[in-house]
Amino acid sequence: MSQTISFHYDVPGDDFTRAGEASGSVKKALKKVGLAPDIIRNVAIAMYEGEINMVIHAGGGQIDVDIDPDAVRMVLKDQGPGIKDISLAMQEGWSTAPDDVRSLGFGAGMGLPNMKKYTDEMEIESTVGVGTTVTMTVFTHPREEAVS
Amino acid sequence: MSEFFHSVTLDRDLCHGCINCVKRCPTEAIRVRDGKAKILSDRCIDCGECIRVCPHHAKKPIFDPLSVMDQYEYTVALPAPSLYGQFNNLDDVEIILRALIDMGFDDIFEVSRAAELVSDATRKMLSEGQLPRPVISSACPAVVRLIRVRFPDLIRHILPLQAPVEVAARLAKKEAMERTGLPEEKIGCIFISPCAAKVTAVKMPLGTRKSAIDAVVAIRDVYPKMLNFMKEESPAGEEYLSSGRMGIGWGSSGGESAALLNDRYLAADGIENVIRVLEDLEDEKLSSVDFVELNACAGGCVGGVLTVENPYIAKAKLKRVRKYLPVSCNRVGDGIPRQMKFDTEIRYEPVLQLDGDITVALKKLGQIEQISHMFSGLDCAACGAPSCKALAEDVVRGYNTPDACVFLLKDKMKSLANSIAELEGKIPDTFKEDGQD
Repeated sequence: MSQTISFHYDVPGDDFTRAGEASGSVKKALKKVGLAPDIIRNVAIAMYEGEINMVIHAGGGQIDVDIDPDAVRMVLKDQGPGIKDISLAMQEGWSTAPDDVRSLGFGAGMGLPNMKKYTDEMEIESTVGVGTTVTMTVFTHPREEAVS
Repeated sequence: MSEFFHSVTLDRDLCHGCINCVKRCPTEAIRVRDGKAKILSDRCIDCGECIRVCPHHAKKPIFDPLSVMDQYEYTVALPAPSLYGQFNNLDDVEIILRALIDMGFDDIFEVSRAAELVSDATRKMLSEGQLPRPVISSACPAVVRLIRVRFPDLIRHILPLQAPVEVAARLAKKEAMERTGLPEEKIGCIFISPCAAKVTAVKMPLGTRKSAIDAVVAIRDVYPKMLNFMKEESPAGEEYLSSGRMGIGWGSSGGESAALLNDRYLAADGIENVIRVLEDLEDEKLSSVDFVELNACAGGCVGGVLTVENPYIAKAKLKRVRKYLPVSCNRVGDGIPRQMKFDTEIRYEPVLQLDGDITVALKKLGQIEQISHMFSGLDCAACGAPSCKALAEDVVRGYNTPDACVFLLKDKMKSLANSIAELEGKIPDTFKEDGQD
């Protein structure tokens, strides 16, 4: 029987002081579950990037996290402006962050590339004017092991 | 000896069972049980917060009495640099060191002298570029213990060098053996410490099998005795000062970093701030620093629980006392001596893990979420756990029951009272006393 634990977070928009709360809380939970340190780091970094993206670009959103013995799945959904060209947004260094945000040290254009780098699977669905949904998966053990 | 020794003990007669320490413990390692505070030994990192915050002085640090000096034929004092910040109107460290000799120590090896060696070795290791960046200081034993239980991914970032006091003890012992011809066990290297965590570091060292420090005495015990021996006029005699500004600077937060001669550093002090920095380090949010200095006590070692002076005043005094000293007096030479390096690895202690089996741990995590919703969310700690979430975890781990929550208890009593009232209304007429409706 597979055991799945789910967490839901509402990420408020335009509040940098609270960005990172959701990923911090997931990190804490994963340490209690006892996943390998590098897996926890991958989840924490990818989710934090996603959370920050929601705050900078989309005025907040919702995050759902499912944890089971094989994988951590994160679905980040926002009702923001959407991404016009996803392949462009995936390029390192490409950013549409406004200047006031960049001066805070964010908006270096590494958000989406980092999310891809630290996860095993990542999908982006986006419609301009409607919003963006990013789905990311981090497997809890090396892929070969999971397959066999 | 148990697996986790700690340098804090409880005076049961003084403990009121209040929740001051429970709420302040940064690793949620204290519960009130049977009306007294109890430390969950595997979670405690010896930071000393509970000692600082206890209004009844029931939490006591453990250290050796000064009489420990009598156990050795030859004694070497290892004064911590923070000691130099405890005295008023003092410009000359030599007065402090001579007072230690007059008190009965045979010789002195300043911890600040070893600190300069550690700084030099750190500079070398940083420039070699082999260590994962940023490198985290290994000097504060509470921080190293915190990383070991809570930040497994950062263990590889810990500077693999012994803390200055350990280096001092090793060198002092070697020097004393050569000078006196005495065997090792007759020489006592006695640390004059600002910090109780160092007692744990001696008894249960991390990064080495055995500590060369023989005893740890408290600055607050040595201080009043020293005052009697401190005098301005110096008799012509041996001089003991052998360190400079860099080594003595280690006594307060930022000192270790400043000695690296590299601007790319971060220095944080106070255990809550340290945790915040470690969380960010773990998430790789700090890419622009090479070195991270972390001290569990506010202000650095001058803020230790065994000191006398207010940490910020001590910091100012430390600045004054080192003003006219040379920058640094000690270097390691070409290679880094073996006895300065870690000789054992620091291993992750997964004390926060709910179960060794991930599936079981997940199930327990789900139960914790469920149970915590039963509670008020006020985090009142009247149950003896620091928060509602912590009580929920205690319940799942089998340490407590949900009835420990006073609000649940109140609800239960209320529903019981309602039931009684309801039942009373159902008493048949035949049983009613005369005059009742």
